[in-house]
Amino acid sequence: MKKFILALVVTFIPAVVLAAGGGAPLKSADIDIDDKASLQRGAKVFTDYCLSCHGAKFVRFNRVAEDLGLTEEQVMKNLNHLGGKFGSPMETAMSKAYAKEAFGAAPPDLSLVARSRGVDWLYTYLTGFYVDNNRPMGFNNVVFKDVGMPNVFWKLQGDQQPKYQGEGDHRVVVGVESATGGTMSNEEFDTMARDLVAFLDYIGEPRKSERKSLGIWVLAFLFFFAIVAYAMKKEYWKDVH
Amino acid sequence: MGQKVDALMGWVDDRFPLTKMWQEHLSEYYAPKNFNFWYFFGSLALLVLVIQIVSGIFLAMFYKPDTALAFQSVEMSIMRDVEWGWLIRYMHSTGASAFFIVVYLHMFRGLIYGSYKQPRELIWILGVLIYLVLMAEGFMGYLLPWGQMSFWGAQVILSLVGAIPFVGEDIGVWVRGDFVIGDATLNRFFSLHIIALPLVLLGLVVAHIIALHEVGSNNPDGVEIKKNKDENGIPKDGIPFHPYYSVKDIVGVIVFLMFFSIVVFFMPEMGGYFLEHANFEPADPLKTPEHIAPVWYFTPFYSVLRAVPDKLGGVIAMGGAIVVLFFLPWLDRNPVKSWRYRSRMFTVLVALFVISFVILGYLGMKAPTDLFTWIARVCTIYYFAFFLLMPFYTKMEKNKPVPERVTMK
Repeated sequence: MKKFILALVVTFIPAVVLAAGGGAPLKSADIDIDDKASLQRGAKVFTDYCLSCHGAKFVRFNRVAEDLGLTEEQVMKNLNHLGGKFGSPMETAMSKAYAKEAFGAAPPDLSLVARSRGVDWLYTYLTGFYVDNNRPMGFNNVVFKDVGMPNVFWKLQGDQQPKYQGEGDHRVVVGVESATGGTMSNEEFDTMARDLVAFLDYIGEPRKSERKSLGIWVLAFLFFFAIVAYAMKKEYWKDVH
Repeated sequence: MGQKVDALMGWVDDRFPLTKMWQEHLSEYYAPKNFNFWYFFGSLALLVLVIQIVSGIFLAMFYKPDTALAFQSVEMSIMRDVEWGWLIRYMHSTGASAFFIVVYLHMFRGLIYGSYKQPRELIWILGVLIYLVLMAEGFMGYLLPWGQMSFWGAQVILSLVGAIPFVGEDIGVWVRGDFVIGDATLNRFFSLHIIALPLVLLGLVVAHIIALHEVGSNNPDGVEIKKNKDENGIPKDGIPFHPYYSVKDIVGVIVFLMFFSIVVFFMPEMGGYFLEHANFEPADPLKTPEHIAPVWYFTPFYSVLRAVPDKLGGVIAMGGAIVVLFFLPWLDRNPVKSWRYRSRMFTVLVALFVISFVILGYLGMKAPTDLFTWIARVCTIYYFAFFLLMPFYTKMEKNKPVPERVTMK
């Protein structure tokens, strides 16, 4: 019986979500997708760094421009490095065949990565690369064990060493020591990572902010309507006993 | 003006029973006056049906049932390029889960107040058929976005057909139209999802309501109001559906829409239960997800399937868990309808049934462990025992006196 009760208790504790591979605890991304400046900075990082290998083929440049408050000129000059049309999607510069040869697997499209992985996972992932000389690229990751992607930010971030827990074969990576030797301070790098995650969250669902602000009005209307409808019901039902 | 309207109505009524239908089903359909909270879910199910049909019509204008285009047509066209496409899609995806929530509550109402008993057996059977078609609708609709969970969920469920001895594999190929789930499967699921099953569903819903209006509604006291009529032949405890219940149901509709809107506008994924995270990755037949779980409304039956060690046995148990519902009117031998006047034992057994159903649903979403499988087995045995032992325990119940007239508790 005790075991059964324990099982019930364990069963109903909300499960801690652990995404694919490595099991380091996730850090809170703590982003704000209504912060336009943050999204604009994130867009710049995304197009400068990520778009070389990854695509975001569902995301159109003109949509990003409109939502982030950028002009066509700004987008074409600063974000659209391949020089495609203003209304075209964010395609990657790299061919699939080459990507497969270079990394073992084609880098996934990032249009929806914030929705499939979650923002906390992305933030932990992007800040969770550590030096591992057993890997072909020299890097490993705290939440994505033996990931094919190198740490594209290593110049900015510097090197991180893994923090372990347990002994021998049971040794697992639970986090990283703070980085040393990068061109950015740890705070600057952290802000950059958050900006990028915010941008990824935005492209995962461009209408998220609009959806929430509209939702408030819908609920306000329904609330008002509910009062009227309840009063009408009361009036009709006053002779039913 | 009024005279002209009357003349027009007369003209129509001579050719089509419009006024007669209005009276029979609304203005002179006498429903018991003591309906409580649980009686909102029938009309709400109707509302959700309308939401699904209307939103579905618009989605079908932009959706492409082609394995190369399906994911993009949902995640790029509908979610990004089509004006308000995101809202229509979220209404449809939330509507699917909402449908099951209201239908489960509607069925629970029938269970506790004995609404399946004589003379309402056919209403119950039609209802179980509606539930079955709804499950088929949900299953086929879930393949359409062509995400990882769409593909692998369908893969798991369709592979069950293979458990049928001798002909299972061939039937599987016939159902899929291919050796694996592919373009042919997606196309036929689309066709069934938007035409065949909705047609059947509408027909069953109409039959369900006609059968209900033929015998009259049950109520929380389980008392037949038609037994006490006034001099005009109107049940003393009955009130016309319109305007009394139409105005009352509007309140229910708005409160429901508030909950519905909270999900649609603030949490459309519902923490991964209404829209699973893995479904934001396109289907990849070469990459099996680490953990495959059906959507929440199938998980109780998925648990039953997994609880049985043998594959064929599991399929039979899963099917049996639904088939047994059809026999409920004859399994329950207690003449008293409402649990208000049945034994305390029955209340306890129903409560345990709900608990084990919820636990089965929860376990169906989790990867099986030894302990979980063991719990699922206990709950599965209870699920079946609740129904199959009914002919025995319902005869032993000590009932309380049933009132002559309905009460306004």
